[in-house]
Amino acid sequence: MANTEMNPRLPIFSIALTSAGALSYEILLMKLFSIIQWHHFAYMIISLALLGYGASGTFLALFQQRLLKHFPFAYISNIFLFGVSSIVCFLFAQEISFNPLEMFWDYKQIAWLFIIYLLLTLPFFFAANGIGLAIMRYKTDISRLYRADMIGAGLGSLGILGVLYIFFPTSILQIIGTVGIVAAAIGLKELRIGSKKVFLLFFVISLFLLFLPNKAVELKLSQYKDLSQTLRVKGAKIIDEFSSPLGTLSVVQNTQVPFRYVPGLSLACLTEPSLQLGIFTNGDGMSVLTKYPDSLEKLNYLDYQTSALAYHLRKLNKVLIIGAGGGSDILQALYHKTQKIDGVELNPQMVEIVKNKYGDFTGNIYSLKNVNIHIAEAREFITSSKEKYDLIQMDMVDSAGASSTGLQSISENYLYTVESIENSINTLSPNGYLSISRWIKLPAKDTLKLFVMALEALEKKGVKEPQKQLMLLRSWQTSTLIIKNSPFDKNEIQKLINFSDKRFFDMAYYYGMQSPEANRYNILQEPFVYNSVKAILQDREKFLKNYKFDVSAATDNKPYFYHYFKWDTLSEIFSLKDQGGLHLLEWGYLILIASFFQAVVASIVLIILPLFKYKKALKEEGVGKRDVLIYFFSLGVGFLFIEIYFIQKFILFLGHPIITIAVVLSSFLIFAGLGSGYSKHLSALKGFRTTASYGVLGIFVFGGLYGLTLDTLFTYLITLPQILKIVFSILLIAPLAFTMGIPFPMGLSQLGKDSPSLIPWGWGVNGCASVISAIGASLISIHFGFSSLIIMALIFYLITFLFFPEKISSKN
Amino acid sequence: MEKIKSITVLFFLLLNTFLYGGNTGSYYDNQREKLIKIIKQEVKNTSKYLRKDSLDKGVIDAINSVPRHKFVPFYSRLNAYENRPLPIGHGQTISQPYIVAIMTDLLNLKPSDRVLEIGTGSGYQAAIAAKIVKEVYSIEVIEPLGLKAKKRLKRLGYKNIKTRIADGYYGWKEHAPYDAIIVTASAGHIPPPLLKQLKPGGKMIIPVGSFIFVQHLVLIQKDQKGDLTTRQIMPVRFVPLTGKH
Repeated sequence: MANTEMNPRLPIFSIALTSAGALSYEILLMKLFSIIQWHHFAYMIISLALLGYGASGTFLALFQQRLLKHFPFAYISNIFLFGVSSIVCFLFAQEISFNPLEMFWDYKQIAWLFIIYLLLTLPFFFAANGIGLAIMRYKTDISRLYRADMIGAGLGSLGILGVLYIFFPTSILQIIGTVGIVAAAIGLKELRIGSKKVFLLFFVISLFLLFLPNKAVELKLSQYKDLSQTLRVKGAKIIDEFSSPLGTLSVVQNTQVPFRYVPGLSLACLTEPSLQLGIFTNGDGMSVLTKYPDSLEKLNYLDYQTSALAYHLRKLNKVLIIGAGGGSDILQALYHKTQKIDGVELNPQMVEIVKNKYGDFTGNIYSLKNVNIHIAEAREFITSSKEKYDLIQMDMVDSAGASSTGLQSISENYLYTVESIENSINTLSPNGYLSISRWIKLPAKDTLKLFVMALEALEKKGVKEPQKQLMLLRSWQTSTLIIKNSPFDKNEIQKLINFSDKRFFDMAYYYGMQSPEANRYNILQEPFVYNSVKAILQDREKFLKNYKFDVSAATDNKPYFYHYFKWDTLSEIFSLKDQGGLHLLEWGYLILIASFFQAVVASIVLIILPLFKYKKALKEEGVGKRDVLIYFFSLGVGFLFIEIYFIQKFILFLGHPIITIAVVLSSFLIFAGLGSGYSKHLSALKGFRTTASYGVLGIFVFGGLYGLTLDTLFTYLITLPQILKIVFSILLIAPLAFTMGIPFPMGLSQLGKDSPSLIPWGWGVNGCASVISAIGASLISIHFGFSSLIIMALIFYLITFLFFPEKISSKN
Repeated sequence: MEKIKSITVLFFLLLNTFLYGGNTGSYYDNQREKLIKIIKQEVKNTSKYLRKDSLDKGVIDAINSVPRHKFVPFYSRLNAYENRPLPIGHGQTISQPYIVAIMTDLLNLKPSDRVLEIGTGSGYQAAIAAKIVKEVYSIEVIEPLGLKAKKRLKRLGYKNIKTRIADGYYGWKEHAPYDAIIVTASAGHIPPPLLKQLKPGGKMIIPVGSFIFVQHLVLIQKDQKGDLTTRQIMPVRFVPLTGKH
């Protein structure tokens, strides 16, 4: 009899660690690709790469007998390969000179994209193979393995967000590679295989990956990113870099060709801007640090931007700057001798740069007595603020580079929603102003969307004549919309006229404005903006229907401010390719659609392939493959939809995006893991099917309850201290996630009993469903709003109730 | 990657030698003529925005006589006469020929004019302008790009173009004032020194947009009194308001 101590153990630690590594890798890839490319291409590439999970299911289904025969070797080598490929595949992928913006002319780009997909699919494929193999091998212990998988992923999500605060993304890439090798080494111990030599070899390889020279893992930014372009200018160099989950900040200095960044500066201004340093976030979206001059007068150029208008309407005492960043808007407020200036900035590293690291350069403006900088998320700050401001200034609060290429169109943004504008107006003093400045686009998109949103926000507040509380101004490069808490008076309108005339700006709207005033200095072929605003005021419905871009209001339920895409306009834009009309395309949305179709096609192939092999086996075993397909597909979709719905809901509650993702994602994964562990005990008493039904019932009860009550609950709790909010969030998620962890292992366990050969297929179907549903969730939210996600998720769970995969004989 | 592209072009050129007896020039002339036809058609389509039906003859002649394929990297030569922007290395692109044509046209250049260009790039825009006007002064801020363009323009015999590598913000004071200024390098704002170096009655053109897509053109006009007005021109026949009825 063999010594029991030498029996292999269930490899739960190696699974947990692999799972942690794979989830961290997914989040890290998003960061890495956002730096070297643009974040929506990152989104597409990574969504598709996750099909590695689906591909793994197909692979395991096709070769299961051979793989199970050599289980220990297959298991360890897949985990090992995950570790190595996580580094190697990324390094190869970034060498490929893929230029997404050339795709319409150069079809080779599509081939490059395909190769990038294949490369990045590999690490996920190997990780999923490892986990899937274990589930196939230990089919009576699926609940425990799945628990390890989920808890590992949950801890991985917490871990990666933590280490992103400490290390640069490239170092984390090395750490993840090392984690993979360590997981393989732990696997050796768990399975009681491999000699000491092998173990030592793994140890050496992991050290090698951890201490790869910096040069080997250097990031190669696309040559078209703002930072790459800036660094080509004579004299430009990076003098500092900071990194956190919020992004990598690069401080750039150029003593030979200084930065002179003043968006929309009036042609009437002859002052040269003060010395500036550029700050880039993820290699894009430049903002500047301004050298504090010996006298404030030298900053007079800041008074020649459209965003300075509010300061001329009347004396402002208390101002709130949203997105304080490098401090340009704070300087503008200081120039206008504002008594009290509050600034909100999400990124603590940005504040650190302005306040301490470059404090001498910036004149320590963030430490001035009358300046108060809050590290907070803007929307949450506004909602929970007890102060009343004379002006809330939102000046170009987003990345200019991304918005001009239409790449942002599928980003959620809770600052530019009707509810957010309403909250902001509520935070104004009785005659206060909310001033929002944006880049000018031709034809106008965001400027008009904001105007529509301002009208709706005022109407929601019960204002009878909202048109009297709006002003719109445009320069050759920027526009500024001012929403007042009360109607504008004649004096203010006269001041608007004077301000515009002196600076060659054009007014686009004030109540009582006449058409000839609209097109004097920055002449458009017709006064498009003014005409559009007039049309909106006359018949909003008709205008929104007829306008070639979607400028309907963004709301908290559909927080897609940057989404302007209309299908009706697509063919017209394509026909304008030769006139330079492609800039009119909303890339982000098209990328989403393209990703969706690619994922669907790839999934169909991956799901169908193993069926040829199963043809014979299925007849013998008698489990309906239809049931397996529907059950695991529905579970994948249901889980993801609920998770995404909750992340969106909790962002508004918790405010900070990174904290929200960390809390929500890890809570869902960890509690689902615990649910899975518990299901083993329950199923021993009640059987797999009944246990799964209990789980689904729980999901219905909690999911339904939260769907109906969460909004109301949050309005009462939003002013609680952050730590209590986090605790409360975890407590809310726990029971729902716990029940969500039950149906999947129960389905697999039933398969383990009735048709073990179908386990990998169910595993793969679920992987494909996760990818399709993640992309699908964005599409559904854009068109129908987030609230529809929870309803659809419950429908999918209801379907699982009806299609539990068990032997046809047991069904009868 | 670029090696592969270059080999393809080389193969094409060899094939061309075989078929046409080495006269690649005629191939490119042919392509150029096709391009001019496309540009003319697009201008007609956009006449409402440009306020004219056709381009000035000088502009058409210039496009016809400047060998665009010699301004793009070797591996992109076969695409040189497609109406599309092309990468030229250093993260820069050579604009879509249609955009180059209307930008030049909007400046109403005369043979006696002196033109300043900020952002030499490949030198193509300067070469087009140089075919029409007396003198072109072009400044590039990316050193290797500027040096390459300088050599190229010299090799192609453009004697009326002077280039330098410098900060474009201050213009080129020694040769000011200018009848026209072309600002192709992206600018956070329009530098006041450039406005000063523009002659009364002169025009300045600035393409606004991302590195590859020009969103619209800003045409600044300085009247005889020195007052400035800008025109924002969308070079595309796209009527935003009418929509579908």
